[in-house]
Amino acid sequence: MTSHTRNPGMPLDLDWVMSAHVNRSAVERRTATLTKRRTVKKEWQAAWLLRAITCIDLTTLSGDDTPGRVRRLCAKAKQPLRPDMLARLGLDGERVTVGAVCVYPNRVKDAVEALRGSGIPVASVATGFPAGQTPLPQRIAEIEQAIEAGAKEIDVVIARNYVLTGDWRALYDEVRQFRQACGEAAHMKTILATGDLGSLKQVYQASLVAMMAGSDFIKTSTGKETVNATLDVGLVMLRAIREYLERTGYPVGFKPAGGISKAKDALAWQSLMKEELGDEWLMPDLFRIGASSLLTDLERQLYHYITGRYAARHHMPLG
Amino acid sequence: MSNLLELFKSMDYGPAPESASAVNAWLDEHGRKFGLFINNQWVFPPQAKYFPSYDPSNGALLGETVQAGQPEVDAAVAAARQAFAGWSQAPGVARARYLYAIARNIQKHHRLLAVLESMDNGKPIRESRDIDVPLLARHFYYYAGWAQLMESELRDYQPVGVVGQIIPWNFPLLMLAWKIAPAIAMGNTVVLKPASYTRLSALLFAEIVAEAGLPPGVINIITGSSQAGTMIVTHPDVDKIAFTGSTEVGRILRRQTAGSGKKLSLELGGKSPFLVFDDADLDGAVEGVVDAIWFNQGQVCCAGSRLLVQENVAETFIRKLKRRMSKLRVGDPLDKCIDMGAIVDRSQWETVDSWVRTGVSEGGELFQPDIDLPEKGLFYKPTLITGLDPAASTVQEEIFGPVLVSLTFRTPAEAVELANNTRYGLAASVWSDNINLALDVASKIKAGTVWVNSTNLFDGASGFGGYRESGFGREGGREGLFEYLRPAWMPRPRPNFDPAAAGKWGEHTPARPMMPGVVEPGANGGSSQPVAESANGYALPHVDRTPKMYIGGKQVRPDGAYTLAVLGKKGEVVGQVGDGNRKDIRDAVEAAHAAHTAKPGWAMRHGYNRSQILYFIAENLDARNSEFVERIVQMTGRSKKSAQAEVDMAVERLFTYAAWADKYGGAVQETTLRGVTVAINEPVGVIGIACPDEYPLLGFVSLMAPAIARGNTVVMVPSQRYPLSATDFYQVLDTSDVPGGVVNIVTGNRDHLVKTLVQHEDVDAVWYFGSAEGSYHVEHESAANMKRTWVNYGMPRDWMSREQGEGHEFLHEATQVKNIWIPTGE
Repeated sequence: MTSHTRNPGMPLDLDWVMSAHVNRSAVERRTATLTKRRTVKKEWQAAWLLRAITCIDLTTLSGDDTPGRVRRLCAKAKQPLRPDMLARLGLDGERVTVGAVCVYPNRVKDAVEALRGSGIPVASVATGFPAGQTPLPQRIAEIEQAIEAGAKEIDVVIARNYVLTGDWRALYDEVRQFRQACGEAAHMKTILATGDLGSLKQVYQASLVAMMAGSDFIKTSTGKETVNATLDVGLVMLRAIREYLERTGYPVGFKPAGGISKAKDALAWQSLMKEELGDEWLMPDLFRIGASSLLTDLERQLYHYITGRYAARHHMPLG
Repeated sequence: MSNLLELFKSMDYGPAPESASAVNAWLDEHGRKFGLFINNQWVFPPQAKYFPSYDPSNGALLGETVQAGQPEVDAAVAAARQAFAGWSQAPGVARARYLYAIARNIQKHHRLLAVLESMDNGKPIRESRDIDVPLLARHFYYYAGWAQLMESELRDYQPVGVVGQIIPWNFPLLMLAWKIAPAIAMGNTVVLKPASYTRLSALLFAEIVAEAGLPPGVINIITGSSQAGTMIVTHPDVDKIAFTGSTEVGRILRRQTAGSGKKLSLELGGKSPFLVFDDADLDGAVEGVVDAIWFNQGQVCCAGSRLLVQENVAETFIRKLKRRMSKLRVGDPLDKCIDMGAIVDRSQWETVDSWVRTGVSEGGELFQPDIDLPEKGLFYKPTLITGLDPAASTVQEEIFGPVLVSLTFRTPAEAVELANNTRYGLAASVWSDNINLALDVASKIKAGTVWVNSTNLFDGASGFGGYRESGFGREGGREGLFEYLRPAWMPRPRPNFDPAAAGKWGEHTPARPMMPGVVEPGANGGSSQPVAESANGYALPHVDRTPKMYIGGKQVRPDGAYTLAVLGKKGEVVGQVGDGNRKDIRDAVEAAHAAHTAKPGWAMRHGYNRSQILYFIAENLDARNSEFVERIVQMTGRSKKSAQAEVDMAVERLFTYAAWADKYGGAVQETTLRGVTVAINEPVGVIGIACPDEYPLLGFVSLMAPAIARGNTVVMVPSQRYPLSATDFYQVLDTSDVPGGVVNIVTGNRDHLVKTLVQHEDVDAVWYFGSAEGSYHVEHESAANMKRTWVNYGMPRDWMSREQGEGHEFLHEATQVKNIWIPTGE
């Protein structure tokens, strides 16, 4: 996540935020037809699936996460594809790992140890994940503690109440503080928890405010809301990213998370990124997919590409 | 697989072709040679000429089809005629089951139809697969329902008979569905001719029909050139023509069918506006533009080809649009990863290209994105021309290709004005997140379909068709049924008039004075004979009373200052009226327009208000009941009883339309849209009406009342023989709060006046109840601006009968349906 100039943020521009217009039917029509307008087949598809692997934030965010569980996940992160398959794809020399491993603050240490030397960053959720309903000092302390434990990326959640009540100033100030807490030590992904927001227009507005406050990425969901990453909210957020880029010159990354478990879903997201933002947003420094079970399906599809046979789930090593 | 690493880095799209194997197998099974589909059989005429069908994306010959001649057209019409007897009498449930079976069969062969359509036409497989063929099936399902319901819901109607249908090449299957489904649902049988470039999918459809077991002769498919089209159009045993295509050809068809008694529906060209207001979701609207003008390579009659953007967001919008254009992919129609395929034919490609060059020469700024096109094949880049003025021909004329022109506007009022600054009126798209603005603009645009925050949405349940020169008649929805129905009482008009014998019509020499007692055949008039009255032994003449014209709510003298005598049954002069001329018609039409632009305009008034005025007219007519009875007796020599019945019925009729004034607004259409699709029965505008000679008062009232009840303003030409009931009537109008200009009355020579009306390009419709010859001329002349016509072909109707003299047929003629699509969801 270093090849682009980091978004430093900007003063809150309320006029811009208030001028947003998002028409849900138009958004839905775009996403519904996009997936019918774009598809990749054969080696193109294999290349895209492989690329999707490198964009995964391989995630475990459960109450029953243990050091052992995290170690196993990290092992998978380092070697997401069986070496024999990588060789048959003609990529045996190539470094193919996931984008990051994403855990709770208490598990950061475990992950950092397990990934030492791999170059794979550890991402930590923070700021009262998933609900963001804890006092601000604690939320900020969480960021600091996660960084201290070795996290290079922090996935913060916003306080949804500010969006729902239209208090953009408060939202901006808080996210700005999160960003300051991240400092140079860690990149910040701001989770909008779009499933909790009232409208697509609010999604667009919250995206803008999060970027103005200095987010490196904006992220759809915690994975804990009832509705998580949909192409509709994704499209709205990507349009906000595009608008922000055009006005400020700073590229902001995007991370859909929650419910993305099939290779087909990953391809749809990739098409959306390519169409709405461009090829740079297909690479892990500007695109991540928060997922846990997706990886297995990507492996199976690549297996099918290599062998022409449909793969058994239990032939793919567990993460 | 060495390529993989490179692709892993470049993340390019690759080819994603749909397989053509099934289509090729089908073509091969037919030896790539196709006959005509008549009576569910393939017919290969001896010594037939064949016409090649090419894949426009690569020039490959797909197959050959017959160029039908007169014997084949005759055979197809005869087959349809023979089948009509049984099919029209089949119970609705039986027809419903056949339509249902066809719909099911379409779904069973969905992919085969889609692939063939893309190969033959050049449209992207995504469109044929996801739009054309699903809509094809949907249409048959929808009208299967109407076949089922016809007996209960349409009991006052009968099928029209044998229908000739001619369809274009841009949506070969969809247009086929729009034509065939409602026709056969209502018990008609059809002879359909697909367009020359795209004949194959109709022939595959024919096999699907046969597979569904449809009785022979109900659907016949004739391939051939435009000459075959003319043979169908002019065939004496065809009862109706339905056509989709260019306005130019539509005019020809209007003239060819004029006076024949054939029903006609035309779905023609367009230059549909796409309006973007500053409070629109601009990114959403950009996608709307993509669907509006780069759908089917822009070869869409309702393509949103005229972009109108509010000035303060125009720069931003155009920047977004150009960026989006650079992401469009043009290529092999069977590739599942493209947005645009090939232009249908070389000549069409040349036409499009020449328009683009014209646009540049007219001062437009050309933008075509830097994207790859395939090396061969008829591909054209998505094109935007900015900086043009409304006067540019590229802004006015239909290009029928992937070319968008853009203009800016400042205010909503200006947006509407620019949107309506066109001879067409097929569709429009309005983008604003302000519901007040969006719906207000939608209501003011003159177009048959308006999409709010969306574009190019179609569904069987919603009618589609034009205003103005975009044609008339609707396809889809309940409104689409009436193109294929005739009132149950009405026989097929077979006018006794040969257009070949048409001479000069509507010529008129103004009247001259006439000596008492001299009534010569052919004389135009004469002076009235003073009737002696006694006054103190001195014979007093009547006070001269010469009614005037009634224009703009005022009594005015005829422009030409000529007068026409009205003769009684025995030839005696019973009164005089002004002998109107072109200028009286001109003034009346101006007044009729002024009544629309007044505040509030007649059409903008509530139905409640219009009904109140109609009731008031009835009240005032009834108050002068005996005077009107006497006048009828005086002019016609009919019995007082008969005249009394006429006046009573006229009063009743006014009550009927006072009732209808607020009960025919439209419907909510049950389309697949999430939101509402509203069908609004809008007034046609300014209607010129020539009244019948039978029933001088009732005929006049029966035509005036439905027209004004539904918000039209009218220029009435009363019965030429018996005009005095109409001129007496303006005093009733004067006392009934009818705003000036809503009803205008011009007396004189009927056909002379009608000729001016029908040639007037600012008259929206002409209703003519006169001779067969006049009916021919009205229909023929109407082609100039494609005004709606309603003529009687010289056949009388029983105005005293409620079945014939009032009701839905009149309301239908007084309105045109606008469907407004309003998606919902925040």
